[in-house]
Order: sequence, then C-alpha cells, then structure tokens
Amino acid sequence: MSTLKLGQMILKDCDESRWRLADYEARGGYQVLRRILTENWSQERVIEEVKTSALRGRGGAGFPTGLKWSFMPRQFPGEKYVVCNSDEGEPGTFKDRDILRYNPHSVIEGMIIAGYAMGASCGYNYIHGEIFEVYERFEEALEEARRAGYLGENILGSGFHFELYAHHGYGAYICGEETALLESIEGKKGQPRFKPPFPASYGLYGKPTTINNTETFASVPFLLAMGGEQFLHLGKPNNGGMKIFSVSGHVNRPGNYEIPMGTPFSELLELAGGVRGGRKLKAVIPGGSSAPVVPGDVMMECTMDYDSIAQAGSMLGSGAVIVMDETTCMVKALERLSYFYYEESCGQCTPCREGTGWLYRIVHRIEHGQGRVEDLELLESATSNIMGRTICALGDAASMPVQSFIKHFRDEFLYHIEHKRCLVPPEVQWAGSDIYVEA
Amino acid sequence: MLSPEALARIDREIAKYPAGQKQSAVMAALRIAQEEKGWLSEETIAFVADYLEMPPVAVYEVATFYNMYDLAPVGKYKLTVCTNLPCALSGGYHAAEHLKERLGIDFNETTPDGLFTLKEGECMGACGDAPVLLVNNHRMCCRMTRERLDALLETLKRQATENTQ
Repeated sequence: MSTLKLGQMILKDCDESRWRLADYEARGGYQVLRRILTENWSQERVIEEVKTSALRGRGGAGFPTGLKWSFMPRQFPGEKYVVCNSDEGEPGTFKDRDILRYNPHSVIEGMIIAGYAMGASCGYNYIHGEIFEVYERFEEALEEARRAGYLGENILGSGFHFELYAHHGYGAYICGEETALLESIEGKKGQPRFKPPFPASYGLYGKPTTINNTETFASVPFLLAMGGEQFLHLGKPNNGGMKIFSVSGHVNRPGNYEIPMGTPFSELLELAGGVRGGRKLKAVIPGGSSAPVVPGDVMMECTMDYDSIAQAGSMLGSGAVIVMDETTCMVKALERLSYFYYEESCGQCTPCREGTGWLYRIVHRIEHGQGRVEDLELLESATSNIMGRTICALGDAASMPVQSFIKHFRDEFLYHIEHKRCLVPPEVQWAGSDIYVEA
Repeated sequence: MLSPEALARIDREIAKYPAGQKQSAVMAALRIAQEEKGWLSEETIAFVADYLEMPPVAVYEVATFYNMYDLAPVGKYKLTVCTNLPCALSGGYHAAEHLKERLGIDFNETTPDGLFTLKEGECMGACGDAPVLLVNNHRMCCRMTRERLDALLETLKRQATENTQ
C-alpha cells in the first residue's frame, strides 16, 4: 500500500511497480552520471553546482551539502568513503522509506556522483533495520546497477571506480547520529564519537568520510540535471529545491508530500486532507519528534522551510509533520515521546542516560495524577542540565519537546497536577486517536 | 552450529567490507543466526564470535545493544507493535490493546501454545501507515484495522498448523 501522495521530483512517476533500473532510466535516470563522466567534469564543478543549489541536508540538521562535500580532502590519495544515512527512526519521519522503495536508483546515482566529486571509491547505505524489506529491495537495485556497469571498475569506460553496499541496522534510534552510524558499520555498539575530529578527516575505519541523508543524495541527480540555479529557484533563497514532508497524526490523508520549499503550512495541511473529523488543530511538531512543538494557530502562519520554522521557535528538521487535534492530551503526548528518548539513550553520557529517565518519570507521574507543583520547575532544571552537556544531540532532542510542551501548554500541565486528571476527557482522547483508515 | 547455507550468507556479508574488517559483518551475522535459530543463545553468540574472529564479549555487546535481537526464546511469531506518538495518534494503542485482548497476553509475554509473543516497538519509520506492526522483525504490516489484525492472526495460526503437519 502506498503512502505516497504527491511527488514532484524524487517521488515523481514512481511507485511499487516502477522502481527498477529500466523505469529509472526511462525517467532520465543515470543521464547526469553519464554526462559528468563523458564530459569529464572536474570535482570542483560538481561541488560548485551543489553549493549554488542551496541544497541543505535533508536528514534534520539542514547543513549545506555543497559545503560539507568541500570539506573532504579529495586531492589526497588513500581510501575515502561516502555513507548514506537511511537509518530513519525519528518519530514522524517516513520519507526515506518511500524514496528507497520507489526510487532506489536515484540514491545510488546520487552516491556515485558524490563519490566522484569527493574522490571516494566506496560507499555504504545504512538502512533502518525495521524496514528490512526495503533493505532487500535496495540490494536488488544495487545488483541491477552493477550489471548495467554503473557500479564497479571503470564505470561507463571512464576509468572511475566506485563500489556501493547496503548495511542494515537492527533497532537503535541512536544510529541515525552519524558517528554512531559509523561505529555501527564497524560492527560495534552504536555509541556516538567525540567531535572533532569530524568524519571528513576521521570517519569510517578512520578514513575521510562524508555522510548524507537519503533524500539529500537522491536530490543530487535532479539538481545537476536542471542546474543548481534552477533547483534553488524551486524553493526560496537559502532554502533551495523540493522537499518531502511526511505528514502523520490527525489528518485525513497521512503520507509523503513532495512540494517546493517555502510552501505555506496551510496548503500542506490541505493536501493531507485537513484535520480529521473536521476537528480543530491544536498543535504541530513540524520537524520530527525532536523539534519543539508549535501551537496550531502559529503554525498556520508558517511556510515550510528552514528559516520560517526557525522563526516560529522550532526546526524544519527532517520535514516530519506530526499533526495533533483538539482531542490530544499534551501531557500524554509528551509522556510517550519522553519514554522514547529514555528507551533510546545509548547510555554513554551521564546527563542523557540519567536525565532522560528523570524526564520520563516526572512527566509520567504528572500524567498519572501524582504530579507536584514544583515538577514543572524540576523538568526545566533537568533539561538545562542535559542540554549541551552530552557528546551527541540525543540529550537535546529529549529536552526540546519537554521545554516546548511546557512553554506552550503550561495550563494543561498545571491542570493535571492540580486536578489529577486531564482537561480532555479520556473517552474523547481515545475517540480522536482510534485506528484510522482513510476512505 | 549454523548451517552451511547460513555460513554462505554470512560470507557474502563479510565480502562487503575491506580486508581485515570482518567485524563489520557482525550485525548481519547475528541476524542470519537468529533467523535460523529463532533467538540468540550464548552458544550462538560464541559461535558467531569465533567465525568472525571477535572476542565473544564484543559480539554480546552488539547483540544486547540493538533491540531486534532476541536474547531469550520468543514465540513462533513475534509481533512488534509501534506505539510511538505518531502511531498512537492513529490507533497504535488501540491496535496493541486489540492484540492483547485477542491473544490474552500483555507486552513481553508469549501465548501458552508458544505461537505468539507481543512486543511494544519504537518508531519503525512508517508513521503514515499507522497502525504498523512487524512480524518476526522483517515483515511489516501496515494500516492494521481490527479486521486486518484478526485476519493476520488467523493466517499465522493456519500457517503454523500447516507447518507442523
């Protein structure tokens, strides 16, 4: 069953029955790679085009891709790696799964071009273990690309050599953090590394490595085909291109929508069929569970790009839009998210390992009618003792929902503490979040 | 300890990585071992360690860190239901409650006939398809209404009977 609703670039004209090499080639696939190799483009020219396009990392951080590529010591000999982060486990995000199952060759072509531009001859795609069937399909797509001469020795007679493999996760959210992901490929526990050194100087097996998200790599062939300038103009300044938004929660048509950067949120909500049952929009998490929650009325004024969402006090993140209607209990919603971070903390840094447990237990007791008035202050103090004191961003990711839920829905938390129950009656909450299948 | 077929599959995984980096294949090797044995016993872990020339404790660390590995026996069918927030907003809890009621077990329990184990899962990256569950880690079932959940249980029960006959 397809979650794909609207594809304007990567997800255009592809689906469950049109993911194979022949389909991709019929859509113009591998033409850009062919051009680069036969016209003998310089590495700098590829990187400059990517810079011009203002493509920013689609995994969540939004770092400029061209700039990241320029950090690689490409002029120096020795093995270098290109790694794709398809460990998509940020609650609310489900775009990379659709890219990989409907258009896997766009990722493969993007990675080959990245390898060419950065002087790497080997790549790995790290795929979330929970989408194992997608991993198996990606392996099939790799086999097709090898047979067609797009991977391996002397690609298309150019003398360029690049090999690409798939590696699967097996249930650890933290491996979406790029250095934890590298540890995981090396066959270890996925615990993040200290930075610096950054992967561009010390990455996989200690070699220079660049890690990009699935959607970032998949965008590369498209942006090079149309030119960086044109790609930029699809979106808005500093926020180039198309972006896939994963819309989940209380909407009539949950799914992936690939639309220009800078599209008003209200339009995206309309594409997703609006709020279910004609109910009122209460809140939106606009960039995956780690992004601060935004009240519905503020969200309705935003456009979907890095800068507008940042102005609203949140992050575009991975483009995962979690929609909550008026039947949602914000304390219960936060309790579930806090449990997630507690469960997924890798345990390496004390503030995160212990702090995420504190956050979960305090929110849990508020939700279960055992909260104390001083708990809100305690939560704020706990978050400020976690943030900025850990090796990776999981501690911050656990703290930002807590801070923003309390900031915007303080009354609801206080009501829980004072009245030992929720403002939204339980039967209403359950009705709003029952199993939903669109008509 | 593992079948020649399983070892051949592990060898194909080892070949993906540079010489001297056999350890990189440990996640796949444990997955393949679990597919064959049903779960990962200490003997199985030690065998994988020996095969990949790793200290057993390093393999054990990996097996305990990633939550799709089972370090104790599970039912013939392990059902993992996502209840994370996006799923919960679209029936994740309802689906889990329905399964608990039908199977007469809670999370982390196995039915007395040994057929089903129920687990609560974290985000599987398929939130638009909620409610979502995994059968034995690798098969994802999407948009699971109560009718679909019942049909799935019936199919699996039938499969199990056919396999034993």
